[in-house]
Amino acid sequence: MDKFRMIFQFFQSNQESFMNGICGIMALASTQMYSAFDFNCPCLPHYNLAYGLGILLVPPFILFLLGFVLNNNISMLAEEWRRPQGRRGKDPSVLRYMFCSMAQRAMIAPVVWVSVTLLDGKCITCAFCTSVPVETLGNASHPRLSQGEIQRVLARIPCKEIYNGQQLIANEVAVRYLRCISQALGWCFVLLMTTLAFLVRSLRPCFSQAAFLKSRYWSHYIDIERKLFDETCAEHARSFAKVCIQQFFEGMSTDLVAARCHLPRNAPAGAGEAAEKLLGITDQGTMNMALKSWHRCKPPLHLHPPALPTGNGWAGEGQPPPHPSVPRRQRAAYYSWV
Amino acid sequence: MDRFRMIFQYFQSNSESVMNGICGLLALASVKMYTSFDFSCPCLPLYNMAYGLGIMFIPPIILFLCGLILNRQSLVMLEEWRRPAGPRKKDLAVIRYMCSSIVQRAMVAPVVWIVVTLLDGKCLICAFSGSVDPEKFVGFANVSTAQVQQLLAKVPCKDDELMRNSTSRKAVSRYLRCWSQALGWSVLLILIIAAFLARWLRPCFNQATLLQARHWSNYIDIEQKIFEETCCEHSRLFAHKCILHFFESMQQEIKLHSFILPREGEEAEGEEDLLRGITDQDQVNKLLKTWYCEKPPLDVS
Repeated sequence: MDKFRMIFQFFQSNQESFMNGICGIMALASTQMYSAFDFNCPCLPHYNLAYGLGILLVPPFILFLLGFVLNNNISMLAEEWRRPQGRRGKDPSVLRYMFCSMAQRAMIAPVVWVSVTLLDGKCITCAFCTSVPVETLGNASHPRLSQGEIQRVLARIPCKEIYNGQQLIANEVAVRYLRCISQALGWCFVLLMTTLAFLVRSLRPCFSQAAFLKSRYWSHYIDIERKLFDETCAEHARSFAKVCIQQFFEGMSTDLVAARCHLPRNAPAGAGEAAEKLLGITDQGTMNMALKSWHRCKPPLHLHPPALPTGNGWAGEGQPPPHPSVPRRQRAAYYSWV
Repeated sequence: MDRFRMIFQYFQSNSESVMNGICGLLALASVKMYTSFDFSCPCLPLYNMAYGLGIMFIPPIILFLCGLILNRQSLVMLEEWRRPAGPRKKDLAVIRYMCSSIVQRAMVAPVVWIVVTLLDGKCLICAFSGSVDPEKFVGFANVSTAQVQQLLAKVPCKDDELMRNSTSRKAVSRYLRCWSQALGWSVLLILIIAAFLARWLRPCFNQATLLQARHWSNYIDIEQKIFEETCCEHSRLFAHKCILHFFESMQQEIKLHSFILPREGEEAEGEEDLLRGITDQDQVNKLLKTWYCEKPPLDVS
């Protein structure tokens, strides 16, 4: 459990690690999707090519875009790109770095899909079975069939149970041939991708390493700054809500005191804290009125300035508090530092 | 257990995470529902289309409604929409933002169902086997029109005696499945492109308004939660006081009726306070009866 917690915390520690985690999960998900997907070659002359190439190319494109969609940095990148200049300059190298790092991560799942598809062989077999060289592999001297007929027969190669061209070309021969080509393509593709990744990683320090370090630092900074801003806003909203509700209840009980002309009773000494926590609402009618008022007449989003001169300009638009001042404890600390 | 607790805490950390978690769970549930559902095509001419399209579209509607129901924010949004304006003005941008985020999250599970259905193919084969052109397939080309509909309707049923080893049935089945899967991948592609464009282009339009709407919608959610917590706390204290008053009044009544003189001795006082003067079976019974028949008024002033 401890190990799991450490791994979890490691991935959470910064956005890049988190994205690496998502990237790994998507790669695994793409292999899982491929094995769960029921490949079903149509075995008809023109449909085969469309289906085979479609399954080879469309899901990787979807996975690539999904990699971007799931990456929170994309909205950060777009925001940084479109924001007005203001007093902070914009650095295009930072934007380029962010885009490249997102694109690299998003490429992993599609590459995995294409590799797995090629190494498995079903797609290529389905797509190119009509292009098998019958002269070399099969029996070209078979009683002449029209071109269309030959195409139809060859199109059924992937569907063993309806294949009827055993005289023309043996099914196993054709399938082995196509699979061999598919697997060779698959391994070449994996080799190419790995070589590219190796070159990118090893050659990068040879070109403007200092500029690279700078871009990386500032892109991390923008990410952290945005997260901290969101957290601060959430904290602030919490404190704002607490004070707003507190003032709402106080306002309710003061209103009622004024309306009924009650003299405030002297609370017994021991019940001080409990009485205060009751927020001045001590019977059913008052509580009902408070609940009704909460729905019908929500308090304005405007906290009353504190009685003490803390000097913060937060709520201070110079308006005097509308309710008679009730002795307050030091609650100004909640919002005076924002 | 620890692992689940951590994952649980991560999702609980803010309400958006909770909603994303629920959304993901509903999507997984919809996949599980589909795999465990026993699809059984009726293989009769008009029933096929109704069954196939019904299975494809009715569960998504149910999942969409479930997504709306399970999302706490939909109640918060409705309340914010319907409340009278009063001293706090209503901001339509906030309500629109909340509505769009609720609908987006609720759409995920239905879309997953539809895509899984299309990629699997059974629904479309069942619904459209009767609409295929029989001339394209050898086994159906020379059959009379009346019979061909019957035969085509039986295509989804592999175990039917007529269709068991028919190559034409397999050909039609493959053909429809191919279209179904192509449609499924296309739907997925279109949705992903739409999601990508939405994420990429949103900061280009009114980013400041969006940040404000997001902040205030989060605020409304937090405020509602804190209000409920405050009310809970308040009712707890209220109940405590109410019950204390009740016990005190029972104690006074019993003292009046039984003329018990206050006992001397300070050591026994601590425990007596807890017993609140109710020290035998009859008194307890009377107290319980009074609690049931004559509950005290809701007034602790």
